[in-house]
Amino acid sequence: MPDVITANRLADGVVVFQTADAGWSEDFNRAAVLPDAEATKAALARATEDVTRNLVVDAYAFAVETRNGHVAPKALREAIRAAGPTTRRDLGKQAEGHAPLSGPTAVKEADHVSL
Amino acid sequence: MYHYDDFDAAFVAARVEQFRDQVARRLSGELTEEQFRPHRLMNGLYLQLHSYMLRIAVPYGTLNSRQMRKLAEIARKYDRGYGHFTTRQNIQYNWPALKDTPDILAELSSVEMHAIQTSGNCIRNVTADHYAGVAHDEIADPRPYAEILRQWSSLHPEFSFLPRKFKIAVNGAAHDRAVIQAHDIGLQVVRNNEGEIGFTVYVGGGMGRTPFIGRKVREFLPERDLLAYIEAILRVYNLEGRRDNKFKARIKILMHEKTLETLRDEIETEFAARDAKALDLPPEDVARVAAFFAPPELEPKKPVSDRVERRKSKDSRFASFFASNVVAHKVPGYVVVTVSLKAIGAVPGDASADQMDAVADLAEDYSHDELRVSHEQNLILPHVALDDLPAVYDRLASVDLATANAGAVTDIIACPGLDYCTLATARSIPVAQRIAQRFGDGARARSIGPLKINISGCVNACGHHHVGQIGILGLERAGEETYQITLGGSADENAAIGQITGPGFSSENIVGAIDTIVETYMGLRRRDDETFIEAFRRVGLAPFKEALYERSAGSDI
Repeated sequence: MPDVITANRLADGVVVFQTADAGWSEDFNRAAVLPDAEATKAALARATEDVTRNLVVDAYAFAVETRNGHVAPKALREAIRAAGPTTRRDLGKQAEGHAPLSGPTAVKEADHVSL
Repeated sequence: MYHYDDFDAAFVAARVEQFRDQVARRLSGELTEEQFRPHRLMNGLYLQLHSYMLRIAVPYGTLNSRQMRKLAEIARKYDRGYGHFTTRQNIQYNWPALKDTPDILAELSSVEMHAIQTSGNCIRNVTADHYAGVAHDEIADPRPYAEILRQWSSLHPEFSFLPRKFKIAVNGAAHDRAVIQAHDIGLQVVRNNEGEIGFTVYVGGGMGRTPFIGRKVREFLPERDLLAYIEAILRVYNLEGRRDNKFKARIKILMHEKTLETLRDEIETEFAARDAKALDLPPEDVARVAAFFAPPELEPKKPVSDRVERRKSKDSRFASFFASNVVAHKVPGYVVVTVSLKAIGAVPGDASADQMDAVADLAEDYSHDELRVSHEQNLILPHVALDDLPAVYDRLASVDLATANAGAVTDIIACPGLDYCTLATARSIPVAQRIAQRFGDGARARSIGPLKINISGCVNACGHHHVGQIGILGLERAGEETYQITLGGSADENAAIGQITGPGFSSENIVGAIDTIVETYMGLRRRDDETFIEAFRRVGLAPFKEALYERSAGSDI
């Protein structure tokens, strides 16, 4: 399963994703998609260097998948982290146009009927 | 309310400057994250799902207008224009930058607030009944004791590295509004036959993945032994609490493993061996602290207000608000007003900076400058003259804070869940919003009567789901959110852990399942005023299980 590397920027805590040039972007859509375990291991090693250099904290890899033709986080937790709270679309990366192009949808009470 | 003396002010200011230095050293790379983490946690700063999160103590839930305005200012200046009031009477900001946190703490210290011991394995913010000082059924105001415990426990050298976090709650009225039996130590203020004040002491309550109701270790603890006895409990726990397993480290597990009798004996032995002079709490010390909490001088008035009665007769929304969000003050002619942070579809406990300012203004104009935060994630105006109620209501309505649902089905306690929390396994807030939207604020919601729904987004149970009359626990199964339901929990003096109904429900079906439970209750209650919890205690789990799993197509077995 392909992976993306993420961390929080030390100074402000903002969620960032490792890019293809081993930098960091606030935008999930600019993240490097790592095709296999070997690539993930190498990318994590680079990320760990940035932890040591006190640029980011808590670097780790998470699984992504292709959904509706777009790369998207597999787990809901990572999807929310990459977009922002599902209950406040005006906050987080989604408010800045940085959310994954295929993200989680919040179930709305109007979407279904009573049992 | 309590005011810092010179020592307090210097102590908090020094802590801010220490933290400023620690943050600077972290940003410069002098401190690693591993070295820095304990420092930031001791100052309430977490790293959460989206960003850092700063948890600020609201000691025993009491605030003045100036403090609330400062919270609003911080929300605007350093965060995203809102804050989240929690089930521990604290406030959390979800988006602060690390580099700004020393300035935030400095701003807080200017209004006698801080974030000390809102995290870490220490004695946390001491909580209390949000009607403290105004309740009809009050034996004594619990806040002086909470403040004494706060002073005693702040940076206590012996108890700053406990096996795990430690939570104390104090309740001063006959009715427990502070959930004391779900705390590591719960203190119930009582009077003995001689009329002396003391405490019934409960130990080993707690929620999380292994919930327990606190057990009574002392029927009557004299007031002057309060600190010495608490110290004895903490000493036994500090020595014997498990440090090998985080999930078994709370005192509730020690109680469970050693049994009540053994633990009580050990506490009493430790207490008996104390230096009797070292931690004595003489009445004059209690009186000195209690003087800070002296109630405002309220001139008794007519218990019925013509102005209120007229408004009730022509404004059904106001009448509903009066019925649900207003209780009598102990002084005739005054009321205690619950400001619901649970507008239909809103995020439980969230308040915008504008709302905080509006409530601060109302407290200043109509409530003797005093406010409370309830563990139910609402705000309280504790001293409102009955005649002023229409004006207060109108101003609350203008900022969407006049929802008439205190204690009702839509007054839902919910943790931040997976929308914010790195520990969460499922979302809580959207479930709370959808339940509130399902029941709304019309005749149906009113006909249901008092009902407490609590939602947690993981087993850590910050939403107190175990003691919710209807509890909802969000879990993750095979990548999907799933919600387990418990029924019959209780957070008051009849504290109880809810019983699991059976298999969980999907996000899509959970609201329907709650609807089924409510409809089942409505169908079996004997009278309109037989509450959900009364009906549940009469009939038990069976009818609800049957409705959920046998008659309904909505379960996800």
